[in-house]
Amino acid sequence: MVLIDFFSAVGDVLSSESTYINGALFAALLAFAATGEWVAERSGTLNISVEGMLLSGAFAGALGYHLADSVAVGLMLGAVGGLIIAVVQAEMSHRLTADQFVVGLTLNILVVGLTGFLDREIDPRADYASEVEIPILVDIPLFGQALFGEPWPFYLLYGLVPLSWWLVYRTRWGLELRAAGENPQSADVSGIDVNRRRRQSIYYAGLTSGLGGAYFLFARLATFDDSVIGGQGFIAIAAVIFGGWTLWGTMGGCVLFAGALSFQLSLQGLGYELNTELLQALPYLVTIGAMAIFARRVRPPAALAQPFIRGLK
Amino acid sequence: MTRGARLAEWVVLYALSIVVALAISSVIVEATGGDWWPVLEALVDGSIKAPGRWGETLGVAAPLLLVALGTVISAKAGLINIGQEGQLLMGAAFAVYFSFRIGGPGPLNVVLLLLFGALGGAVWASAAGLLRYWRGVPEVLSTLLLVFVAIQAVGYGLKWQWLLLADEASRGNRNLVSEQLAKNNRIPRPDIFGNEFPITVYVALALALAVAYVLARTVWGFRLRMLGHNPRAAQRSGVSSTVYGATALAIGGAFAGLAGAAMFAGGGFSFGNYRLVPGFSDNIGWTGLLVALMARERALPAVVAAFVFAMLRTGAGFVNSTGVESRITDVVQGLLVLALLVPPAVVFLRDRRRARAAATERV
Repeated sequence: MVLIDFFSAVGDVLSSESTYINGALFAALLAFAATGEWVAERSGTLNISVEGMLLSGAFAGALGYHLADSVAVGLMLGAVGGLIIAVVQAEMSHRLTADQFVVGLTLNILVVGLTGFLDREIDPRADYASEVEIPILVDIPLFGQALFGEPWPFYLLYGLVPLSWWLVYRTRWGLELRAAGENPQSADVSGIDVNRRRRQSIYYAGLTSGLGGAYFLFARLATFDDSVIGGQGFIAIAAVIFGGWTLWGTMGGCVLFAGALSFQLSLQGLGYELNTELLQALPYLVTIGAMAIFARRVRPPAALAQPFIRGLK
Repeated sequence: MTRGARLAEWVVLYALSIVVALAISSVIVEATGGDWWPVLEALVDGSIKAPGRWGETLGVAAPLLLVALGTVISAKAGLINIGQEGQLLMGAAFAVYFSFRIGGPGPLNVVLLLLFGALGGAVWASAAGLLRYWRGVPEVLSTLLLVFVAIQAVGYGLKWQWLLLADEASRGNRNLVSEQLAKNNRIPRPDIFGNEFPITVYVALALALAVAYVLARTVWGFRLRMLGHNPRAAQRSGVSSTVYGATALAIGGAFAGLAGAAMFAGGGFSFGNYRLVPGFSDNIGWTGLLVALMARERALPAVVAAFVFAMLRTGAGFVNSTGVESRITDVVQGLLVLALLVPPAVVFLRDRRRARAAATERV
């Protein structure tokens, strides 16, 4: 009897629009960050400051709204906020050849401290972005509202993801970037400035993650707090790995992980307590499992996380 | 360049970057209406000057050093282990499980507890080792991901009494908390000049010497370094990358786990007061990794680096009393770390440029 109740609750959750709306909201945050992270990893840099970039973007977004009373300005400032972290990360690790993990970890701690500190001192206020519904499409049952009835910054994704794909696979810049990630020595010999490409890819990750942080602020929170990102950046990294370093796989990971989270939240709303720890650990477990199973077929960029210093191998 | 000039150059470069980092922090504080000087004084007071504080700092430095030593070992084998935070937490959980669910005979208890902690960290790191050598999953990714699995696993353990949760009598109305370690099972904290710290500080120092010796002077250490420098040459001369790599990862994890157990049984600072609580690891694992990397993966410089990082932590506790939001210490710490990264990089790049220029002239 209990089991039947439970399954009917699962059915309710799966057939209610709010599950999908929430899922899309989280998925979008992950997708903003993961898109940039994917570009960065394709160039051979494991950018673990993405968490800090998201947080910095969220704070800068709040600051932008506070100053200009406009979500658009907030988003732009959010992107700049992410970019600032990216510049530090890129210059330190791919110009000064400092260890990328030291820089990334330090930046993550630094950003939590800095935004927390400034938040207490300035206390910026923000607001929700207005929702825009795309006619006809929004009426699709179940998914319509989630995909076409969102706060307007959400729709930036529809441009950003294809753009990233085009940049990486269809431009000379993208080819050079991938070469830097696969075989930096050869890339260097053929005249590509490896570290420059890596820096640029980190800037790109900073821009998209900053945008993502600001999006999350305007779509869900409307007030800033230094715990708002809470590890989502690391889930975005997991999504890139889960996706086997392809863009569509990465997006699949974002949807899957966000879907699991939203499913759990909705089920909780109906009074069913799932094993929250297991669900929280799910993105990481699934990613580890996927890597273990497909490790022979899917492989990371060959030079991932290996610094490039000319003449040294 | 003469030796003296080189040394002077290092000193100047370090001094300059530290001053810049402090200047930026001071601008942040002053711009938001705070006073910078008292913050700096509070940092020094809290870490060394005030009574009992340098003992406190040593107590924090010990786990940092232990984590860093483990990192040095796995780094020497050419492995990038960035999952110390999870390994440390697992070590603490194993130690807690042992002390309350198994228990050893009397005075041996503390030693066994520490060993169990090391075992926990080793198990967690070995999971990454297994994935690396059996399935070819890069250890840098698996160790990172396993951190978050460890956090959830320990959170789960703290919900169930047969795992880590304390019984109702000893936890009061608190949830998610383990029992408190009995007084006679704790690591002794002798009092020296009004400062007390757990004797694991000495253990950590001894281990630092041991690690430095083993890596530099033994066959095992030589093989490990060979593996790190040139895996192919190592393989040809009979160093199995699987055996040595997996061992190095496991030992690295064991050190982190030992740190976790020592934090649990050594007390002091904010380490849960002899209990395992959520958020117990408190970034010690991440910071220990930073310590190792700042020391450029060498055991003895890690001793100094660990103390410096510990100072920032204990100093932070005093900043609140100045009226400035204590979060500023995270900012100061971050800026200082970034600043300390600059001089070696600058010197390295300049030396390379000079060598390059000299090489082209000769041609």
